[in-house]
Amino acid sequence: MALKIVKGSIDRMFDKNLQDLVRGIRNHKEDEAKYISTCIDEIKQELKQDNIAVKANAVCKLTYLQMLGYDVSWAAFNIVEVMSSSKFTYKRIGYLAASQCFHESTDVIMLTTNQIRKDLSSPNQYDTGVALTGLSCFVTPDLARDLANDIMTLMSHTKPYIRKKAVLIMYKVFLKYPESLRPAFPRLKEKLEDPDPGVQSAAVNVICELARRNPKNYLSLAPLFFKLMTSSTNNWVLIKIIKLFGALTPLEPRLGKKLIEPLTNLIHSTSAMSLLYECVNTVIAVLISLSSGMPNHSASIQLCVQKLRILIEDSDQNLKYLGLLAMSKILKTHPKSVQSHKDLILQCLDDKDESIRLRALDLLYGMVSKKNLMEIVKKLMLHVDKAEGTTYRDELLTKIIDICSQSNYQYITNFEWYISILVELTRLEGTRHGHLIASQMLDVAIRVKAIRAFAVAQMATLLDNAHLLTGNTQRNGICEVLYAAAWICGEFSEHLENPMQTLEAMLRPKVATLPGHIQAVYVQNAAKLFATVLKGEEGNTDGTAAQEASQLMIDRLPLFVQSANLEVQERASCILQLVKYIQKLQQKDVEVAEEVDALFAGELNPVAPKAQKKVPVPEGLDLDAWINEPPSESESEDEQPKAIFAKEEPKHSRPRHTEVDEKELARRREARKQEQANNPFYIKASPSSQKVYQEAPGVEHIPVVQIDLNVPLKVPGLPMSDQYVKMEEERRQKERAEKKKKEKKKRKEKRSGRGKKHDSAPESEEDITPAHMVDIVTEEMPENALPSDDDERDPTDPHKALDIDLDRPLADSEKLPVRSHRAAEAQKSPTDGETENATLQEPKKKNSKEKREKKRDKERDRKKSKEEKKKKKHKHEDKEEDLLGGQADEPVLQSEETSQVAEPPTSSSTTAEVSDLDFWLSNAPVPSNTQEAATVAAAAPEPSVTAPDSEPDEPKDTEMEETKSSKHKKKKQKKEKEEKEKKKKKKHHHHHHHSDGAGEESVQNGTVEEEEPLPPMSNYCLLAENSYIKMVYDIQGNLQDGSQVVVSVIFENKCSSFLKSMEFNVLDSLNSKLQRPEGSGPHDGLVVPFQLPPGVSNEARFVFTVQSIVMPQKLKGTLTFIVKNEDDSTHEKLDFKLHFTCTSYLITTPCYSDAFAKLLESGDLKSSSLRLEGVNMPFHHLLARICFHHHFSVVERIDSCASMYSRSIQGHHVCLLVKTSAQTVSIDAKCDEPTLLGNVLDEIKQTFSQC
Amino acid sequence: MIKAILIFNNHGKPRLSKFYEHYNEDTEQQIIRETFHLVSKRDENVCNFLEGGLLIGGLDYKLIYRHYATLYFVFCVDSSESELGILDLIQVFVETLDKCFENVCELDLIFHVDKVHHILAEMVMGGMVLETNMNEIITQVDAQNKMEKSEAGIAGAPARAVSAVKNMNLPEMPKNINIGDISIK
Repeated sequence: MALKIVKGSIDRMFDKNLQDLVRGIRNHKEDEAKYISTCIDEIKQELKQDNIAVKANAVCKLTYLQMLGYDVSWAAFNIVEVMSSSKFTYKRIGYLAASQCFHESTDVIMLTTNQIRKDLSSPNQYDTGVALTGLSCFVTPDLARDLANDIMTLMSHTKPYIRKKAVLIMYKVFLKYPESLRPAFPRLKEKLEDPDPGVQSAAVNVICELARRNPKNYLSLAPLFFKLMTSSTNNWVLIKIIKLFGALTPLEPRLGKKLIEPLTNLIHSTSAMSLLYECVNTVIAVLISLSSGMPNHSASIQLCVQKLRILIEDSDQNLKYLGLLAMSKILKTHPKSVQSHKDLILQCLDDKDESIRLRALDLLYGMVSKKNLMEIVKKLMLHVDKAEGTTYRDELLTKIIDICSQSNYQYITNFEWYISILVELTRLEGTRHGHLIASQMLDVAIRVKAIRAFAVAQMATLLDNAHLLTGNTQRNGICEVLYAAAWICGEFSEHLENPMQTLEAMLRPKVATLPGHIQAVYVQNAAKLFATVLKGEEGNTDGTAAQEASQLMIDRLPLFVQSANLEVQERASCILQLVKYIQKLQQKDVEVAEEVDALFAGELNPVAPKAQKKVPVPEGLDLDAWINEPPSESESEDEQPKAIFAKEEPKHSRPRHTEVDEKELARRREARKQEQANNPFYIKASPSSQKVYQEAPGVEHIPVVQIDLNVPLKVPGLPMSDQYVKMEEERRQKERAEKKKKEKKKRKEKRSGRGKKHDSAPESEEDITPAHMVDIVTEEMPENALPSDDDERDPTDPHKALDIDLDRPLADSEKLPVRSHRAAEAQKSPTDGETENATLQEPKKKNSKEKREKKRDKERDRKKSKEEKKKKKHKHEDKEEDLLGGQADEPVLQSEETSQVAEPPTSSSTTAEVSDLDFWLSNAPVPSNTQEAATVAAAAPEPSVTAPDSEPDEPKDTEMEETKSSKHKKKKQKKEKEEKEKKKKKKHHHHHHHSDGAGEESVQNGTVEEEEPLPPMSNYCLLAENSYIKMVYDIQGNLQDGSQVVVSVIFENKCSSFLKSMEFNVLDSLNSKLQRPEGSGPHDGLVVPFQLPPGVSNEARFVFTVQSIVMPQKLKGTLTFIVKNEDDSTHEKLDFKLHFTCTSYLITTPCYSDAFAKLLESGDLKSSSLRLEGVNMPFHHLLARICFHHHFSVVERIDSCASMYSRSIQGHHVCLLVKTSAQTVSIDAKCDEPTLLGNVLDEIKQTFSQC
Repeated sequence: MIKAILIFNNHGKPRLSKFYEHYNEDTEQQIIRETFHLVSKRDENVCNFLEGGLLIGGLDYKLIYRHYATLYFVFCVDSSESELGILDLIQVFVETLDKCFENVCELDLIFHVDKVHHILAEMVMGGMVLETNMNEIITQVDAQNKMEKSEAGIAGAPARAVSAVKNMNLPEMPKNINIGDISIK
């Protein structure tokens, strides 16, 4: 055996390996293709051998050839062979090859399923790793379905190396097999808090990727991500999270409010440019989402703009580029703050880097105002002259036009200037955008009536100098301009000073070299000009001029009659004949001008580009309905011969009602006429649009400013737009002066009256009046046009399938297909009952929870069967649920009757989730309730849900009977309350941190709807305070670790200086110790991971380990910090006492009445009791207080008696029976640790004695 | 998401191509060619981002590249990636190569493209960033190489000897990739 191996490897020595292949290719530079084809032949031979080493070597070479562009799919089966080798070396080669050339349509992929599964469960982590890496590149829907469960198991692998890969690949699995998302999501979420930073980062990565496509489904994760953001130090993770928040904020403005502060802190504190940049980006996103409702975030904007300025001024081109990119985002909502950096951006136009110049151009677009438009465009024109490379110059050209024409020429005060800019642009050599300039000329000339005379004059000059534009046939792009020029001169020829001259220019033989469509316009408009000339000569007795014109036409037109272009030819010959006839008439001295002019009478109105699309569909018209029944087989032959047309366009065929009588027809005709009269698009004898025009003030009424145009027009080579800039400047100055005068006058008049006005108010936008009255004709739109927002998502987008509600509890039916013998049925319904892996899906919840879980599903299913199914779901899942729903229907309905609640129940967990987020968001803008807090809040109300008028035997069945209507009401109430709350206590937000949300939560769940709302509550109590800083804190037990509690401290900067270098230190006791990072001594302080700008507050969390929890304890501590003023900084310190109450060791834990009963029966518990006198608060308030302040949950409530439960972090059960009568409350309590119980009761007593 | 990672030299010869979405071989080659044309005509001191346009994926995608000595490292990424982050990642990639190959040069990439793939697989998986910590990457790569060596054992010895002989007459090749001066942002 050994000999055989050695022999094999000796054979192999002389095989070509990858290095030899590469070397060979390099040595055969001339006949590379030939050499490679011989190599491929060799490889084919090698692949036929049995030796796996040889095969692996061959596959390795194929991978290289694949990179060079050779198709190697023919070797797919050999690749699978190599993949299945037991040796890692070969396996890796195989998987690499597969990852490079397998794809969904590779058919051998289906052979790999079992091999991959084997590798995934290999004891060698690198086998698993290699398989995961490979799979990530070629996973197919089938593989995803079959392996999803295996990969999910790997997500909890002991090795972080495997975990992170498994987590990451889940994204690919989700994409290919969307059904796996819901079952796998809880575990994915868990991985967000994995101890290994790599795994954590992978989980963040996947969720961010998911959330980016369907952000709304992930809003409920915001608190968790928020916590990660404030705690993580990994910049990669931070960047991802911050980017994710950028995607979430548009959906939830409250989130934005919460984000601003920590992000601002990060911006201040981070040194990593990448992080800084993303923070700025997200702050911008937040500001955009808030821009409507929020009063003032100018500080944040200023900060962003200021940081971006630093980026843009950096010598690093990358930072410059990104700075400009981000700036353009701010521009959309806060143009003013960007405009102040105009200098910088104009400077960037000179940058040698084209990308940067383009970015700067983008910015300029949004920065123009009436005031600076001319100046900016002037600068751009200079750049146009300097620009090298046509692409950039074309970009400049389009930008100039974009800038000027934006929002309906809003910023243009002087259209003469604009026309001259357009004319100047025509001198650009080799631009592709002639048509753009042309369409602008047309647009302006048509819509700005006042400018027509000027435009026509300019266009006439252009036509006269057409040779300048067309001189070089290469630059044909620009000759499009002539199209516009010719049309404008023709259409508005009444403004021409010398139509004859223009006519002559338009009929020059050189015109024949222009493109056909331009020639056609020339010919048609020559006719218009001709008509004008005739009309002009009307009164003259001497008709020579008119006859000259006819002669000119007759002389020149034959050139066009011979044109190869049909359009030109047709128009030319028509007009030629017409002119000949006219000439005849002229010779007979007949007055023809009137008739010729009538040929071109009327005005064309601009129509909006989308007008046609926006015509609303009339009511009752269904465009998709058949007008005729589609021709059926049985249709008689003679009624409608089966013509080709009828088949092709069944929709267009006219209805054929043979039995319609005359009256009916007449009625319809009338209706149609009515309809047509109202339809702006129906062409009638006297179109209404034209009427509209005629009613509008005529051109004559518009005052046209006299400008001496002679100089610039006669010398077309000279730039003249500059003159307008100067003129405009003067005009504005004059205006300003006049205004001042007026104002002074006014003030003189009013001096006795009101107070002073600011004299030198800066010239505002509105102050600039246009040079002359400009009437911009708006484009016509159909009446009641529909808004067009047809921004549909790409139907092929794979992410669409991942738009799945993740907050809904898992149904039994939603399970990942478990490995089984590949029976066809098993695959089709992966929902088969309770298979072995049922536990996998609900990893943590068992025992009593399982029951609950199931019941919930039933509830949900029932609800589902009642409600309309809104969401698209996979077919078999749906089926399954219907089945379940059917089963569940009966018992639940019964319970519904007994509890007399008619409203449809909702899934309580969804409610919890939703209100959870609401609660988190509704709090003060301080980083607060981190996951634990949130879960506590979520867990607390849940079990306390009892039926309003209780059926003690059936608490379970009714506990979900949360009525929708009550929920709505409560929500409303809550909101109103919050608003009031905010108004009242704007400054002390975080004092009632948990309050409005959690408090009401308990009310909502634990009581009937009519009971009055709770007062605000907070668990945060004062830790210490001085003139600089105020600290409040809350202590929560750690669910996972029985020896840990988490102290959340909110630091609030009360002074007007910057607080930094805060260090939090506590004198440890034997029992309780502050957890410090590894390597630091027992007396070292912990650095608070943020700085506090004035007025800002932020939360930090400290973990303490405790040994015994039966006694309350106090720890002494000190906070040191540096107060930084503008010129000096001082060290300050603040002492405090941390009070660990026994309550803080309790964790709200749900408990069910049966389990509760068992617990009490067990007899392991010691009892104690407490009486409270003079408590005058509603019972539900009392319960809510105990729940909230002491972390209990209501097990059952019957009238004025309730049982409550909680558990300590070390597993002690604490049970309470609370009764109330009159103003006395008696609490009987049981616990397995009497000391703890005593202390807890003392604390409860204290709580109630305080109020 | 990262859509593709390309390495090619100053003449546009591909040294590594990793597409995280399937294209056929011709399209891949065309993408490499066009990317090279876009990237190679840019000056040294301009920014490292290029709007890829219609080349791969459309407007959402950017080309982020770095040029080291004779090689271009180009990442094609969508908007979910941080531009500066990817630049860092390229730097980490190159530094890792430098450590693994001991003064990496183009020749290493030419002859050991498979190894480069293996290193890359520890950094990026299926288009998503897997690991950015260089030490962690190197540890994993080394561990796998060790395994490979132990598997080869005695049987591998003759093959190694032969390849050592074959490598003796390699021509003088281009200098090292110079990774010195670019600081990580």
